[in-house]
Amino acid sequence: MYSEKVMDHFTNPRNVGELPDANAVGRVGNPVCGDIMQIYLKIENDVVVDAKFKTFGCGAAIATSSMATELVKGKTVEEALKLSNKAVTEALDGLPPVKMHCSVLAEEGIKSAIADYYKRQGIDPEPIVGCIGDCDHCCHH
Amino acid sequence: MEKRFVYADNAGTTAVSRTALDAMLPYFSENFGNPSGVYSVGRASRRALEEAREKIAGTVGASAGEIFFTGSGSEADNWAIRGVAEMLAEKKGRHIITSAVEHHAVFNTLEWLEKRFGFEITTLPVDSDGLISLEDLKNAIRDDTVLVTIMAANNEIGTIMPVREIGAICREKGVLFHTDAVQAVGHIPIDVEAMNVDMLSMAAHKFRGPKGVGALYVRKGIRLPSLIHGGGQEKGKRAGTENVAGIIGMAAALEEAVANMDENMARVSAMRDRLIDGLTKIPYSSLTGHRTNRLPGTASFVFECIEGESMILTLDNAGICASSGSACSSGSLDPSHVLMAIGLSHATAHGSVRLTINECSTDEDIDYILEVLPKTVEKLRSMSPLWEDRLNGKF
Repeated sequence: MYSEKVMDHFTNPRNVGELPDANAVGRVGNPVCGDIMQIYLKIENDVVVDAKFKTFGCGAAIATSSMATELVKGKTVEEALKLSNKAVTEALDGLPPVKMHCSVLAEEGIKSAIADYYKRQGIDPEPIVGCIGDCDHCCHH
Repeated sequence: MEKRFVYADNAGTTAVSRTALDAMLPYFSENFGNPSGVYSVGRASRRALEEAREKIAGTVGASAGEIFFTGSGSEADNWAIRGVAEMLAEKKGRHIITSAVEHHAVFNTLEWLEKRFGFEITTLPVDSDGLISLEDLKNAIRDDTVLVTIMAANNEIGTIMPVREIGAICREKGVLFHTDAVQAVGHIPIDVEAMNVDMLSMAAHKFRGPKGVGALYVRKGIRLPSLIHGGGQEKGKRAGTENVAGIIGMAAALEEAVANMDENMARVSAMRDRLIDGLTKIPYSSLTGHRTNRLPGTASFVFECIEGESMILTLDNAGICASSGSACSSGSLDPSHVLMAIGLSHATAHGSVRLTINECSTDEDIDYILEVLPKTVEKLRSMSPLWEDRLNGKF
């Protein structure tokens, strides 16, 4: 059911762990739904110089976290904000339909971290980043 | 420890035994006759088919005329429930009693009767071990109750239901009792007479027979309506040329399982207990289902702060086949109804892992699981933000 790419990113996830000097940390999902992503970014001069993650979730949740952090590394904040769930899914050679919400979560995870980055500078992130998390993408409880 | 292949999903399906395979093989080619044929090869198939029916009946205390072959355990469940509904809806009523931990073959059939035909379903709750209360059952039976359908043993947590006592209550109250014994037959003693069972479902591939064949026991005197209309096979109740080889394989496998049952139960449950003792030592883990009153081969757990599907995939990379009742592994968004029914929270139920062994399993397999699984839990917890919260005392 999973592509080779998904299995590769699940088995050997890139960027696992915490980033002690992260200046952008976001957390999305909830334990009821069965997936939580915590994304750490280090942003310097408007560029994502490092990214890490910690994820509780299924194979797809771990693989999309791994891929999303890979995709934003070296990108400007503006580019990172444009990361879509579709781009994450395509980079993984697709996901089963029931797992699409994991890619949405990965996109939201990155946005949530960037929102935190703006907040830390006293900037209201909502006009820039939009709504993040709690968008009821995951399950309906 | 060297990587090895360990199959621990025998509640999912089993490997066909050598005995069953050898018994089946001639019935694909040289003994290919249609049992309905009057010529010699047809008669030979008929004889073998009826011998198989007798053997299977004997293993559960039934007589041959009470065994009807089906294509699966699910089909047997559907037939029993829909058949009784059709038979008694007008005459007696539209109330059926079941438990909260049934297999989907029962659960979804009842839901269909409810939505489509206005049946009323009483779902008995279970305690944290997965057992129903007999008092609840007694209180739930009404004048219009047409059927009680409660499984013999649970497929996810292995808990064995008090079938004999349930049967006695149903008998006393004059209500038909069906039990889905798909996980029980061939693994624990079953006697439809002693247990007061009126209908019982089984599936060959759960006891080392082939896939695609099951059976429904229907007590003599119950005039269950036909499932498939057509020819006269299975007393005209389930038309279609019989799966002769499959049925013969089923009988051979079951006969072997029952002949070795005492020995298998002792050896398999000892291995199961090693798994339970070893794996519940992992912090924030627990056994699901009853500690002792459980199927010999079922060891089922929840490991907090990790998700079941990622456990299954990681174990698979290490050569271990296991299963999970987490939402992500079931293809739905909710964890299994069984884990919810025994009172687990959503978050905990997501971390379920089921290991089901049988007589093919070895002590070396158990050693390997005990070596690999704790490391797998540790690896996934090290990347889980929930585990971090847990260690920081946040919940």
